[in-house]
Amino acid sequence: MSGRPPLYAELSRSLRAQDPFALATVTELELEEGPTARGLRLGAKMLVRPGEAPLGSMGSEELDRIVARDALAAVERGTTVTRHYGSRGEARRRDVTVFVEVFSPPPRLVIFGAVDFTAALAHVGRLLGFRVTVCDARPIFATKARFPMADEVVVDWPDRYLERIASELGPRDAVCVLTHDTKFDVPAVLGALKTDVGYLGAMGSRRTHDERWKRLLEAGAEEGALRTRLMSPIGLDIGARTPEETAVAIAAEIISERTGTDLPSLRDRNGPIHRR
Amino acid sequence: MLDQVDRWLDGGKAVALARVVGVEGSGPRDPGAAMAVNEDGEVVGSVSGGCVEGAVVTEALAVIQSRKPKLCTFGYSDDEAFAVGLTCGGTLHIFVEPLDW
Repeated sequence: MSGRPPLYAELSRSLRAQDPFALATVTELELEEGPTARGLRLGAKMLVRPGEAPLGSMGSEELDRIVARDALAAVERGTTVTRHYGSRGEARRRDVTVFVEVFSPPPRLVIFGAVDFTAALAHVGRLLGFRVTVCDARPIFATKARFPMADEVVVDWPDRYLERIASELGPRDAVCVLTHDTKFDVPAVLGALKTDVGYLGAMGSRRTHDERWKRLLEAGAEEGALRTRLMSPIGLDIGARTPEETAVAIAAEIISERTGTDLPSLRDRNGPIHRR
Repeated sequence: MLDQVDRWLDGGKAVALARVVGVEGSGPRDPGAAMAVNEDGEVVGSVSGGCVEGAVVTEALAVIQSRKPKLCTFGYSDDEAFAVGLTCGGTLHIFVEPLDW
């Protein structure tokens, strides 16, 4: 046997396109011998993609239909699951074990502000598997040459860009505002608050933070939403100093927020950010 | 990983795929972690923190020969105490299959 087998070829195409899909595989069979067991075999698989007919088969039409339905639901949730069925897809039976592996597009990290901290954070973001976008309104700073590690570099105003991608942002995604300039970061934070983005942080000293907070309230931000959603000053309190260390502090805060792990954020403390 | 597997397949090599399909207790990798092995014993990817990789390669080479998929379980239990075990105390279920689909 040589060359790429057909289902694998489709799987690698979907993986490279970063499309969401599921691969369902029969990993265990505990069957009574009989006519219903025909066609079922270990390793049987089906590739399930939203909006397309499934490819491959689990061994019976009934099982195919049920597994396709459950696989689509798993893609929707974005979680890999193991499920058990009867040989014809019956619920509450354990004859057939199916591993439904879900492949989701990478989460997004959108960084506003084209500064040194941005380059370091873009690197760490890539390391963690994010699709990284750098956005800044100033064309001389927002260039691919300055941020070769970013997946995309966008010249635009933060609020306008956020409005454009608002529907794409969800709980797995992150927005980091590193502009250090209220002219840019107030609209960026306001724009991000209108989305479902899971993590929102803004960089700055305590003083910058206080000033920004005041301006955000003046611009109509709801104080409750700011308190619950905005991580500012951004990052965990690990004594970071360099852009690279700061990037690690921010990335660690993104992870701890996602996993619900209680760690000391700069936001929840007082005193200077850079201890000497 | 895809690029490497594509090269093997395009070069006419038989390939086995090993994937973590279940983890009980403490485990280093989540379900979906994958490793591919070709008929020459070359490896790409990883399914554990390192403790069972060698055993999985052996299983994968056997699967390339038999062309039959197999569910392997690695973990600590009394009768396996001196066999391949996970130092973390968890159990890993790894599905090993020929990449012929």
